[in-house]
Amino acid sequence: MTSWFEKLTPNFLHPESKKVSIPEGVWHKCPNCKETIYGKDLKKSLKVCTTCGFHFLLCATERIEQLTDADSFKELYANLTPEDPIKFVDSKPYPERVKMAKRKTGLTEAVLTGDAKINGRLVSLAVLDFGFMGGSMGSVMGEKITRLIEHSADTNQPLIVVSASGGARMQEGILSLMQMAKTSIALNLLKDQHLAYISLLTYPTMGGVSASFAMLGDVILAEPGSLIGFAGPRVIKQTIKQDLPKQFQRAEEQLEHGGIDRVVKRGDLKDELSKILDYLTANIQ
Amino acid sequence: MATLYFERELVELKDKLAKLLDSSDTTTTKSLITKLKKEIVKKEKSTYQNLDAWQTTLVARHPKRPGTTDFIKTCISDFIELHGDRHYRNDKAITAGLGTLDGHKFMILGHVKGSNTTDNLKHNFGMANPEGYRKSLRLMQLAQKFNLPILTLIDTPGAYPGIGAEDRQQAESIAVCLREMGILKVPIISVVLGEGGSGGALALAVANRLLMLSNAVFGVISPEGCASILWDNPAKAKQASGMLKQTARDLKDLNIIEEIIDEPFSCAHNNPLLTLENVKAAIIRHYLVLSKLSPTQLLAQRQKKFRLIGRYK
Ligand SMILES: [Zn+2]
Repeated sequence: MTSWFEKLTPNFLHPESKKVSIPEGVWHKCPNCKETIYGKDLKKSLKVCTTCGFHFLLCATERIEQLTDADSFKELYANLTPEDPIKFVDSKPYPERVKMAKRKTGLTEAVLTGDAKINGRLVSLAVLDFGFMGGSMGSVMGEKITRLIEHSADTNQPLIVVSASGGARMQEGILSLMQMAKTSIALNLLKDQHLAYISLLTYPTMGGVSASFAMLGDVILAEPGSLIGFAGPRVIKQTIKQDLPKQFQRAEEQLEHGGIDRVVKRGDLKDELSKILDYLTANIQ
Repeated sequence: MATLYFERELVELKDKLAKLLDSSDTTTTKSLITKLKKEIVKKEKSTYQNLDAWQTTLVARHPKRPGTTDFIKTCISDFIELHGDRHYRNDKAITAGLGTLDGHKFMILGHVKGSNTTDNLKHNFGMANPEGYRKSLRLMQLAQKFNLPILTLIDTPGAYPGIGAEDRQQAESIAVCLREMGILKVPIISVVLGEGGSGGALALAVANRLLMLSNAVFGVISPEGCASILWDNPAKAKQASGMLKQTARDLKDLNIIEEIIDEPFSCAHNNPLLTLENVKAAIIRHYLVLSKLSPTQLLAQRQKKFRLIGRYK
């Protein structure tokens, strides 16, 4: 499991994903169909290819902008930032990697958490950012997600988590692994209060994130083409020494296998979330 | 294979001694034997003292290391194995059942790697598929229903990375174990006997007491996996193992485990019986404490422990 994200097929990574807004005056090439799209049009289409429907990666702020009512997002726990618990050094020390990720994304960690409104309804919202060290979960993400779950329980508010992650953050060793248990255990709080938790899986949701809170939604939605699974394709290929089926671990395939409830196009997400919450809250208390 | 690279000289000395003891000429060999025995004691000390992270990893994976099957055979009476997840099949990477430890009745679950090639294949090297975790959860919930404490024994390279495992939702099967173990109202004791490989190990480790044998390892990724991500070279696993901080000592220092269970000086694989005795004693000791707690206290203790894990500013 874990952070194989750095080896993800490069053609699915989009360099613009890390930027908050798309430069409108430039042309973008679709990594899937290779067609070029004008920046303005790409923004209007919510960063979905107008030719083939390919969903470009979104950063957390773009996602929040698309999913929530204008200016309704109020960030919580923004001040939490990683320590260096096992003094991990590869080509760079871990604190150096964190600093680079901060500079690159403008975020303090791989997840944004807070209150937001979706079509007027207050929800607790967490959005992972793949651009920040592959959206990997370390102590800070585990703590922010757990606090947000507790906040949902305190405020009687549904929870929505948008995942995009290669898995646990190996730079924090066992502490990262344990965040899987911490976040999963916390979700029992919502069950006790009949509070809805909708998990939205995007490209990619793997490893320690899928094997904890991401796969525990009351309702699990996924964007088209998302890679969803536990072990990374590379690891599986090496283990079984066979080629993998073409659509392996894609959202559409996971829908067939019964792992998720729905595959939802980006443009329909906000209204679907809102309608599902209507159902899951209508007859409670 | 059974001899680790740093044990070679010691094994040679032991072989030499065995040959001498076999020879008939006792008068001339007697002094040689005494000398050799002294040498062996010295060599043992230098071999097993201060194992580094990589040597510990190899010891933790040693094929002769006592595992779940040995523990059940040696320490458990009246073991009744229970099978299957009730949905798909019985996963042999995890053995589970009812068993008695020193008069106390337990639900016991543990990874089984197998002790020879045929056995390894049968048990899939201890790498469970989703049905393995679903079997575990089914039986842990059964334990709760009948107020039996739960003992889990951890020894796995990780959850199996395969096509079928993914199609049957490996991630979900682990996640559900983590969530549900958090609210089981009976004592849960987990012991890492050998290898604790990431999520596949954690799925059995949401316990009131997490104990580790002194040469066991438990981590977020294997040293090989880490090396292949960082340097595209699994052969640099030795280097990675030092960075990942996965030994029992590391986990004790990080406040993740409650206790390190001592192995005999020459490691578990050279003295499985004494090792299992130590494991048994530690389990009973912790069980006697936990058995006095109410269900509410057990939940509070376990939930608080996991809630507090993490380092941040
Ligand atoms: Zn396209």
